[in-house]
Amino acid sequence: MTVTAPVARKRSALTKGQLPAFAPYVVLAVALVLGAAILALIGFNAFGWGLVSAILFAIGLVGWSALVEGGRKASDKLATCLVVGSFLVALLPLISVIWTVLVNGIPGLVTPGFLTTSMNGVTGSLDNKSVDEGTKVLGGIYHALLGTVQITLLATVISVPVGLLTAIYLVEYGNDRALARAITFFVDVMTGIPSIVAGLFAAAFFFALVGPGTKTGAVAAVALSVLMIPVVVRSSEEMLKIVPNELREAAYALGVRKWRTIIKVVIPTAISGIASGVTLAIARVIGETAPILVTAGFATTINNNVFGGWMASLPTFIYTQILNPTSPSNPDPSSQRAWGAALVLIILVMLLNLVARLVARLFAPKAGR
Amino acid sequence: MTTNSLTTSRGAGRAGDKVFSGATLAAGCLILAVLFGVALFLVIQAIPALVAPSADIQGGHGFFAYIAPIVVGTLIAAVIALVIAAPIAVGVALFISHYAPRRLASGLGYVVDLLAAIPSVVYGAWGAAFLAPQISPAYGWLASNMGWLPIFQGPASATGKTILTAGIVLSVMVLPIITSLSREIFLQTPKLHEEAALALGATRWEMIKMAVLPFGRPGIVSAIMLGLGRALGETMAVALVLSSGVLTASLIQTGNQTIAAEIALNFPEASGLKVSTLIAAGLVLFIITLAVNMIARWIISRHKEFSGAN
Amino acid sequence: MKATRFGRNAAIAVIAVGALALTACGSDNATGTAPSATQSAAGVKVTGTLTGIGSSAQGAAMDAWKTNFASANPGATVQYSPDGSGAGRKAILDGSAQFAGSDAYLTDAELATSKTKCGTDGAINIPVYISPIAVAFNIPNVKDLKLDADTVAKIFRGQIANWNDPAIAALNAGVTLPDLKVTPVNRSDDSGTTQNFTDYLASAAPSVWTDKAAGLWPASLKGENAKGTSGVVKTVTDTPGAVTYADDSAVSGKLGTAQIKVGSDFVKISAAAAAKAVELGKPVSGRPTGDLSIKLDRTTTDSSAYPVVLVSYHVVCTTYDKKETADLVKAFESYVVSDAGQQAAAGSAKSAPLSKALQDKAKAALDSIKAKA
Repeated sequence: MTVTAPVARKRSALTKGQLPAFAPYVVLAVALVLGAAILALIGFNAFGWGLVSAILFAIGLVGWSALVEGGRKASDKLATCLVVGSFLVALLPLISVIWTVLVNGIPGLVTPGFLTTSMNGVTGSLDNKSVDEGTKVLGGIYHALLGTVQITLLATVISVPVGLLTAIYLVEYGNDRALARAITFFVDVMTGIPSIVAGLFAAAFFFALVGPGTKTGAVAAVALSVLMIPVVVRSSEEMLKIVPNELREAAYALGVRKWRTIIKVVIPTAISGIASGVTLAIARVIGETAPILVTAGFATTINNNVFGGWMASLPTFIYTQILNPTSPSNPDPSSQRAWGAALVLIILVMLLNLVARLVARLFAPKAGR
Repeated sequence: MTTNSLTTSRGAGRAGDKVFSGATLAAGCLILAVLFGVALFLVIQAIPALVAPSADIQGGHGFFAYIAPIVVGTLIAAVIALVIAAPIAVGVALFISHYAPRRLASGLGYVVDLLAAIPSVVYGAWGAAFLAPQISPAYGWLASNMGWLPIFQGPASATGKTILTAGIVLSVMVLPIITSLSREIFLQTPKLHEEAALALGATRWEMIKMAVLPFGRPGIVSAIMLGLGRALGETMAVALVLSSGVLTASLIQTGNQTIAAEIALNFPEASGLKVSTLIAAGLVLFIITLAVNMIARWIISRHKEFSGAN
Repeated sequence: MKATRFGRNAAIAVIAVGALALTACGSDNATGTAPSATQSAAGVKVTGTLTGIGSSAQGAAMDAWKTNFASANPGATVQYSPDGSGAGRKAILDGSAQFAGSDAYLTDAELATSKTKCGTDGAINIPVYISPIAVAFNIPNVKDLKLDADTVAKIFRGQIANWNDPAIAALNAGVTLPDLKVTPVNRSDDSGTTQNFTDYLASAAPSVWTDKAAGLWPASLKGENAKGTSGVVKTVTDTPGAVTYADDSAVSGKLGTAQIKVGSDFVKISAAAAAKAVELGKPVSGRPTGDLSIKLDRTTTDSSAYPVVLVSYHVVCTTYDKKETADLVKAFESYVVSDAGQQAAAGSAKSAPLSKALQDKAKAALDSIKAKA
């Protein structure tokens, strides 16, 4: 069987016209060297090096592929480069933002009492003292954290049922009627309500309903709901739409009622997307500053009652601490508290996100694939 | 067995159907009522500014002379944000749904979702304190090398706090919104379509082009609209980043202003007619969103065929 | 199915326990001091909650006032939301706040409107907070400059483009001025600081500053700007050659501040000189008795006064519906204008205390506050 030996040494017909597996690494190495050389000519910096090398890498790989593999494979390579590239480009500012928050936020967060006390009694002279004498920064965000949790929870309790039911109406019952079309359209319009307008609207509504100067956590929750509902509707609608019709028809064929089909088949199938949409909606409003400023007042003490009295929230806390430091002449303690609060806010959303994923997993049907 | 279990269940089911469809209808109507309320509130509060003699409005040339430049400014900022964010966001969504290893993908999705949660004040502070000084030399370079383009006309701003910086900050803010929604849509692409495409010998990109993108197109447009809503209405980040001024064609000089930032900057000290003027500005923003959404609807309506529930 | 049910219940339980845990562990005692039970100096026991809305410039001083007032009067709390002067004036006119903090006194029209909620005598303006406005600049190795009103106006109008301009050099013999571009930075938001600064320029340098005094920087002037006092200070600190105007308390040691020419001398910015300028101001004419609105004299030649100064007021009603509220307002505002209150503000916000004469006038005006019969 000596005939087969030379055949084995030949390249397989299946892999003919393919770049060797090591090709990307070779191109990367060449691109890095060339990039460094070019940057050395115009002044070296790491960011520029990365950028130039990435461009060279893409050109090199796609060009080589076009020569060896032909146009289709080359455009596939180009698409891969673009997709991965866009991801890397997106990471840059995102990492930068997170890094800024972490670096500035951790000193605040680890200060004893930061999470368990309010700002009651903290004045500029205390901040001046802590800077002059290097003692710990007093004051915490407990009141704001509690306020944010309560206001957001109430807003979610209002928005999610309304938003989800509307989405169900649009997808399952609307049948492209004029009303359904109108709702879809106006929900989109609602996403464009400037947040301050939502706040002013809620404030005016409660002024008319309850009396002048009504500022409570509940008013803020209503304002946030106005902002949150369209996001919930929009994302849930998209998720419900892509539930395959086969599932619905199978349920109907088994004699299941439409509403039970929706609750037992359609929603569970889409629950992961819906949960993600709701989390997104919460994330969208939890950081809102302007509507809370005009609806919930500005408290420095703990308020456990969302329906009565002024209430603090993390975004308004951050806002005032950055723009109106407790001690104008020594803004550092205030900015430490503000960044600490921003970090807490992000951690809070992270936890919410985890809960949403957990919920999605518990509700979702066992998927086949 | 005196009761027939089939008929009772059917009776209960029918009532359930009625109640459920009624509830969904009521929720939809509630939304319309709220929106109507907001619109009514805006119009009533805005009327004094619209009918006031033009000399009384800020600037002294009437409401439309006041609002026109900031409308353009708002659109410039939003367009910059979307031009940067939309392709990158769709790319990131594709990366997470179809390119990244499975195990990594859910983690990445999680990180992106988180970024939607960073309060706009923080983005604003980041943009003003970190991004603007970093990017300012690049503007100087653009002004001296590309200054023949009106949008890069010099002299560049010394602080880097320009409409382009504001647009970049906005694009970072809308990126997670578009990514998150598009990703979910891409993940829902019928596996059979994808596998069929691959089985016919399509490369990964061809598969995405033929199966994933057409399926996801209405969803992508929706996601971009949500992002646009945020970009148009974003207040604090723009207010902190942008060094505002009169309408300027150059993106790297100080100048321009957006409606939302104009409201935020002036509302606290406003009284009387000024309040009406600012609320009228809010009404204009509202109308812009309306117009933009009409266009988007029209685009989507041409690609209806992929809805699973039609 | 059972398993999922259990899972759902478990999730709800976890959330509920988390919420409970959150509500249980906080404390309002951030400073670690035991609440004192001493009575207020006057011996009058006041109770209730006082709501104020208004100027963010007063925010830091307000923190000190409400803290000290609450610890002296255990039954009373004061809450203050720094929404802005305009919001504050609106709030007292529609009855949603009991007092307002405002960087400008009520206009005659607002004074007339105030009669619907504040009794037949309407509302009165009490000056409570004086803050000198510094002209702060970032020039490497230069910490001290002497400027007159015309030069300041020219700098902020962009008519002086470089720091080594002869106009600046003429006023600053012996100072080495660098060849550096001047970047004026103004406030992008509507503010009392801008109002007072442009009022100074329009009065003291009328030939250069041809715009009217306004809370918003003239739109025709192209320049850098930033939101809020902290924003302009940060921008100037980051940009060599930049110059701004800002409340003196917020100007950090990294920036230089200008001496302003008053009469024939240059005046260094100080609390005492600011208080002096306010003392030299005239009462606004046509105001009801008790109202202490001040028309500042920006063109004064008294070189112990620093005329670039902001006066912020508390707007209070002369008549309140309830006696409890009237007593509370009287007690709180009396504390604010007292020596102790002014010193507390100076300690927290580096403001300039009111002069003794003004304190007495304010105290007398506050004594006229009464409840509806």
